[in-house]
Amino acid sequence: MKTALVVALTAAAGFSTQALAQAKEQFVPVNSYWVGPYAPGGSGIAGGMIDYFKLLNARDGGINGVKMTWEKCETEYRNDRGVECYERSKNKGPTGATLIHPLSTGITYSLIDKGTADKIPIVSIGYGRTDASDGRVFPYVFPLMTNYWSQNTAKIKFIGMKEGGMDKLKGKKIVNLYHDSAYGKETIPILETQAKMYGFTVTHIAVPHPGNEQQAQWLQIRQVKPDWVILRGWGVMNPTALKAAAKIGFPRDHIIGVWWSGAEEDVIPAGDAAKGYIAAGFNAPGANHVVIKEIQKHVYAKGQGEMEDKSRVGSIYYNRGVQWGILTTEAVRTAQERFGKGKPMTGEQVRWGLENLNIDDKRLKELGAVGFMQPLKVSCMDHEGGGAVKFQQWDGTQWKVLTDWIASDQSIVRPMVEASAAQYAQEKGITRRDCSTEK
Amino acid sequence: MLYREAGQFKSTYAEDQQIFPIRQDRIALAVFLAFALLAVPLIGNQYWLGALLTPFLIFSLAALGLNILTGYAGQLSLGTAAFMAVGAFMAYNFVLRVPGIPILLAFVLAGICAAAVGIVFGLPSLRIKGFYLAVATLACQFFVLWALQKFGWFSNHSTSGVITAQQIVILGYAFDTPARKYLLTLGVVAVMALAAKNLMRSETGRAFMAVRDMDVAASVIGIPMMRTKLLAFAVSSFYCGVAGALHAFCYLGTVEPEAYSLDLSFRILFMIIIGGVGSILGSFLGAAFITLFPIFLNLASAWVNDFLGVEISHAVVSNLESVIFGGLIIFFLIVEPQGLARLWQITKEKLRLWPFPH
Repeated sequence: MKTALVVALTAAAGFSTQALAQAKEQFVPVNSYWVGPYAPGGSGIAGGMIDYFKLLNARDGGINGVKMTWEKCETEYRNDRGVECYERSKNKGPTGATLIHPLSTGITYSLIDKGTADKIPIVSIGYGRTDASDGRVFPYVFPLMTNYWSQNTAKIKFIGMKEGGMDKLKGKKIVNLYHDSAYGKETIPILETQAKMYGFTVTHIAVPHPGNEQQAQWLQIRQVKPDWVILRGWGVMNPTALKAAAKIGFPRDHIIGVWWSGAEEDVIPAGDAAKGYIAAGFNAPGANHVVIKEIQKHVYAKGQGEMEDKSRVGSIYYNRGVQWGILTTEAVRTAQERFGKGKPMTGEQVRWGLENLNIDDKRLKELGAVGFMQPLKVSCMDHEGGGAVKFQQWDGTQWKVLTDWIASDQSIVRPMVEASAAQYAQEKGITRRDCSTEK
Repeated sequence: MLYREAGQFKSTYAEDQQIFPIRQDRIALAVFLAFALLAVPLIGNQYWLGALLTPFLIFSLAALGLNILTGYAGQLSLGTAAFMAVGAFMAYNFVLRVPGIPILLAFVLAGICAAAVGIVFGLPSLRIKGFYLAVATLACQFFVLWALQKFGWFSNHSTSGVITAQQIVILGYAFDTPARKYLLTLGVVAVMALAAKNLMRSETGRAFMAVRDMDVAASVIGIPMMRTKLLAFAVSSFYCGVAGALHAFCYLGTVEPEAYSLDLSFRILFMIIIGGVGSILGSFLGAAFITLFPIFLNLASAWVNDFLGVEISHAVVSNLESVIFGGLIIFFLIVEPQGLARLWQITKEKLRLWPFPH
């Protein structure tokens, strides 16, 4: 039986690496998760991204005639499966994988070395390694849009706005309720720095994975009597927190979630307890955007949509996936402008495209994504690009956008990013690139 | 016909006591090792070496470690992943903090650290047994991860508690490609598997088995209970620690403490249950089944899609994989509760008689 298995696996690997000979195709691996506790996020984002690729293929015939192709791979949100998916997909298509969306902070960490060696950009939009924003140390890693630290400064800014000015933050109490993982802990140092700057006190309270038991934590919160609670949750932890808050009577409109705590799937299970809850986001909710309507017209009207449950089109996770699709294809388009229109791009060329990505208001309009996502300009120094956050409030049936894009405070974030990246560079023996010589 | 020991006479004690007394076994093993060492790196591509074989070897080593403790010494443990985490983080720290330390020495030291942790959490085994001991080792699982996250020293004060393994250089030779990392892993695993095989035939190994079979009887015939049990914990944790170091350095490169969660401990326990409790070969077979089979199912579903020309919804395929995998585990356990290694043993016995069964 063992031999049969080995033979079968050998055959599998042999067949799957046969490339399609120089077809005009751009291959993007869609490594995501359709099973397990985080499946709502994984399936929504993957669906949105694929639907956007389908839209480009159906409406424009791809990017300057280069068709988008993709292949799905199940990672189960596990690091080893994520690495396996990456290795499996990296040589497919005429030019190999265009770029990789690992869709998990853990997998991102595991792929940084491999992607850099294989010259395949690792794009982690709204998650992943914060200090990778320093493109001099991490040439192949792109935490696009907004990293966790930037988001955090925007959040404090938002609290300041609500309190009536940043000076009013003095003496306030904020609780940081976090998922006890690399993701959850990421913002502790920046909150400490900001607490010193603005004179508020911050209490960090950890919730062990998966977070469906939070009585002790909320009892502690009741003792602290904070003015605001920052909810840094993921998956089942979010509705549990909201329900627990309702139980002790903590006002929900003083709980601010991160963008992994602010989807429909996070609030609907909490029922009425979620009403008034505020969450950050880097993509707007709703199906009322031009780009989503285009997808409905060109993809769903023909019955080719990726989502089985069509009501999820326009949900937070779905829209986020569409946004990732836009960023992916725009990076390829930028690369094509330099390396040859109508040609499939390699990972190395797309890396250049990502680094020179510039989506301004005019381009957003052409994409039909004004208000759907923020303008973005990436550079060799700054692999983040955007840095602004919108805040939205759950009214019991849908997310309502509360604010315009709130910019983050890069004067705090950037020095910390650079210090952390410098430490990484020193540990790994990396020499920083000189951005003035990059073309 | 081919597999027969008739005519192989043992004329010295050394010959009589060798690990593989049958010549055909020795030849087969030598051919297999030569194939794995010489041919596989040449014919295997990056996907095969980096994503399938290296993790398979590393998990085999971890399963081997658990098998020494659970299979041979009879002490149930749920702390395997924690010992791996100790190995991974300590190897990183030794390389980081001791300039110029040879990497293999760092692996050994990391293994020793894991062994020390293993001894501490093995202490309850002197008083409690079976499921209760499993709960005590569960404490180890939680404590170690908590400590790695709580104290910044372990991750060199990384804000997210993540470590990035340094480059592997042995005698000026950099192990930086998947093929080289595979070879390094294979070397370490082969040597340690041989050592384990030998250890289990020695007085120590026999003492382990005596404790497993009946600890009262074992202590009556003069086997020191404390020393034997703690030694079993130490050796087992050492193996797991080295496996953890390899996991960080040769496979993932960057690891977070959550990678070594209870889930991983359970998976390694399932490896030895399916592979065969109390068998060196079983550790390898079990690791192959648990790590490679889901991937095979995943690939197979893609071929079915291509072959039939119908696209089954990916969510259905993903769930179906888990269903088939779970079903197969139950099937194997019913057909052969002693694991895949026992199936192999039966095959060998049949082969000796073949083609004349009487």
